[in-house]
Amino acid sequence: MQEIKKDYKPLIVAFCCNWCSYAGADLAGSSRLSYPAEVKIIRVPCSCRVNPTFILKAFQRGADGVIICGCHPGDCHYTSGNYFARRRMSLLFSMLDYLGIERERTRVEWVSAAEGAKFSAVMNDFAKTVTELGENKRLEDLRCKN
Amino acid sequence: MQRIGVFVCWCGSNIASTVDVKKVAEVLKAEPGVVISENYQYMCSENGQALIRNAIKEHSLTGIVVCSCSPRMHEATFRRTAESAGLNPYMVEIANIREQCSWIHKDMEEATEKAIILGRSAIAKLKLNAPLTSGESAVVKRALVIGGGIAGIQSALDIAEAGFEVDIVETSPTIGGNMAKLDKTFPTLDCAACILTPKMVDCAQNEKIDILTYSEVESVKGFVGNFKVQIRKKARFVDEKKCTGCGECMQKCPSKKGLNDFNMGLNTRPAIYIPFAQAIPNVAVIDPEQCLKLKNGKCGLCAMKCNVNAIDYTQKDEIIEREYGAIVVATGYKPISLENFNEYGYSQYKDVVTSLELERLMNAAGPSEGHLVRPSDHKEPKVITFIQCVGSRDTSGCGKPYCSKICCMYTAKHAMLIREKYPDTEVHVFYIDVRTPGKNYDEFFRRAVEQYGVDYVKGMVGKVYEENGKLMVQGADLINNEQVVIPSDLVVLAAAIEPSPTVRKIATMVTASIDTNNFLTEAHAKLRPVESPTAGIFLSGVCQGPKDIPETVSQASACAAKVIGLLAKDKLKCNASVAHSDETLCSGCSVCANVCPYGAITYVDKEFRLGGGKTELRRVASVNPAVCQGCGACTVTCPSGAMDLKGFTTGQIMAEVDAICKR
Repeated sequence: MQEIKKDYKPLIVAFCCNWCSYAGADLAGSSRLSYPAEVKIIRVPCSCRVNPTFILKAFQRGADGVIICGCHPGDCHYTSGNYFARRRMSLLFSMLDYLGIERERTRVEWVSAAEGAKFSAVMNDFAKTVTELGENKRLEDLRCKN
Repeated sequence: MQRIGVFVCWCGSNIASTVDVKKVAEVLKAEPGVVISENYQYMCSENGQALIRNAIKEHSLTGIVVCSCSPRMHEATFRRTAESAGLNPYMVEIANIREQCSWIHKDMEEATEKAIILGRSAIAKLKLNAPLTSGESAVVKRALVIGGGIAGIQSALDIAEAGFEVDIVETSPTIGGNMAKLDKTFPTLDCAACILTPKMVDCAQNEKIDILTYSEVESVKGFVGNFKVQIRKKARFVDEKKCTGCGECMQKCPSKKGLNDFNMGLNTRPAIYIPFAQAIPNVAVIDPEQCLKLKNGKCGLCAMKCNVNAIDYTQKDEIIEREYGAIVVATGYKPISLENFNEYGYSQYKDVVTSLELERLMNAAGPSEGHLVRPSDHKEPKVITFIQCVGSRDTSGCGKPYCSKICCMYTAKHAMLIREKYPDTEVHVFYIDVRTPGKNYDEFFRRAVEQYGVDYVKGMVGKVYEENGKLMVQGADLINNEQVVIPSDLVVLAAAIEPSPTVRKIATMVTASIDTNNFLTEAHAKLRPVESPTAGIFLSGVCQGPKDIPETVSQASACAAKVIGLLAKDKLKCNASVAHSDETLCSGCSVCANVCPYGAITYVDKEFRLGGGKTELRRVASVNPAVCQGCGACTVTCPSGAMDLKGFTTGQIMAEVDAICKR
């Protein structure tokens, strides 16, 4: 494992579905349940909108961790989108694993609109895990560094 | 060239206290394409919106970014603002710097930096926005109400009153729900049946209302304004049109050992039965598990006795298909199972009953015809002890973490009624807190204590055990700081209430959000309390959270108002954020159609020019924008990258990723 810089702050991209997880993040916010500022959320209509290339792009641009949040299985606003996301991501993650991206840098979580506390807990835990792993240099495209 | 305006909201001090809004506005002004960047105390206020409108006109803006609260809160507001200034409403992006920034971070520097990044990300997305127009779809002017309790009844009556057709689908053989089982209602002590049954009759007589009892919703397809619903009408083995409800069959039925659900299983009923005297419809139903004829072909007495030949042993379940513009979920509640609460001896002792069972014991139409007697020996109890919060406010995992809200009041009611009718009876109540907010509620509780001399003991009960024919209730008296044991004849448990077990299935069918306690989630806890986040789905009664009858009726009427507002429209604006296929890239492989949950994608043969005067006929995907709900499943599955989602294009999301990852 690489040495971790003292004030190292990871860069984390979170894709949240509009109906459950994004609303869960809103609830975490209105309940003042904090999580690290390193987590930046991108709103998508459904977890099935997350194209694997978005995740590759994030890693290429220097993200240290990517998390995809959707509705609980069976509760998808679009009935089945989260199942597609689950399958796609398990394939992508095993490919990333093969490329040497640690499994812990990617995650799929189900957070409902009522689970503000869970959202905050998940983000805290994910940020901690990624911080411990340190910088992701494996997929980073140095040409993207300005 | 794009001309972007950035508007940073302070939200009073909600944002401004942890985010340096002026700095955010200043930094974002330097972004390429941004021509104006302002900050203001309340962007959503009339003045704030005027500021945006003026800026759009003055600077000929092509798009705006509002850094403010969640888009789930005010995206619609700012889209309207943009539209009123002549901008396409979809040329608006929101950077959520309140819920996702100022409210969760304490460090100003850190929060400001994050707000800037979120703003940049919104600008990057906006640069790729395209003006969108939404299509229109027709509204089916009929509503479905799932559940025929007081919530469903009230919603249906109000919707019908406005002139729209309503169907009530109820799983049990009669409408009326839990309220029909109650004896009296707080805080005025009206008899529940006296105020409920006229409403039930109104439903039956209203020509706009169709009551489908003993029926279940089987499947729901479609979207707001256009739901296609399959309803299973279970075989009741009695022709509803012929049966007069005379009850002759019930007298003659030899199989009389079925537990009477309506009386909470406190007595029995025949295999053919009418749940209660004022049932709507007043039509018998046969329990196929219990009927001798249906089980082994021997009997048929009811058919012989029926004067109108209403009995039909060959009846089958029937599937009815109907279309609706709006759906009201009013599935109600049930008391929790007490299997986790052995300490109170509910399954061990017959004289430990739940409050709903006590309602039946006190009801004139109940198993003891209103004489309050012990279930075990039919003697009048002389000492009655009530235990509150059985499974409510319980974080141990055995019960429910929430307050069931109705128990404090109904226990005060029970105590009062008992002391009124049987003044010699001692009544004790163990409670954690007495919660009686509501008009005339606290006064009601105080009457129980002060006028009727009910003994309230603050503390919880440890166990209930039998000794010398008495039920010994052992608990703590926190005020006198001592252990007490009260020898009682009857113990009444205020069991927590939980949403009806059918609600999860229904929520999945209508894709409504549901919380960890199985209560349906409202679109906004304060401002949209009767709507589900899913358009066209409305929440009435306890399915949304514990509430008493007055609150349920208010919510049911509120729900009806929302439904009427929807059904009064002839056309609805469709979602503008829909998928579309780039026909030059599409290979017509059908993969997208396979993943589409709405069947919005079809294939058409189209002629393409190849050059040199030649043409080629190719099969390409075509999205029906009126049916597409914009989930984006097709966009990811498309192997040629032909499918994209307007408003959330691959390019836009990539741009957001880029902006966020730029260090």
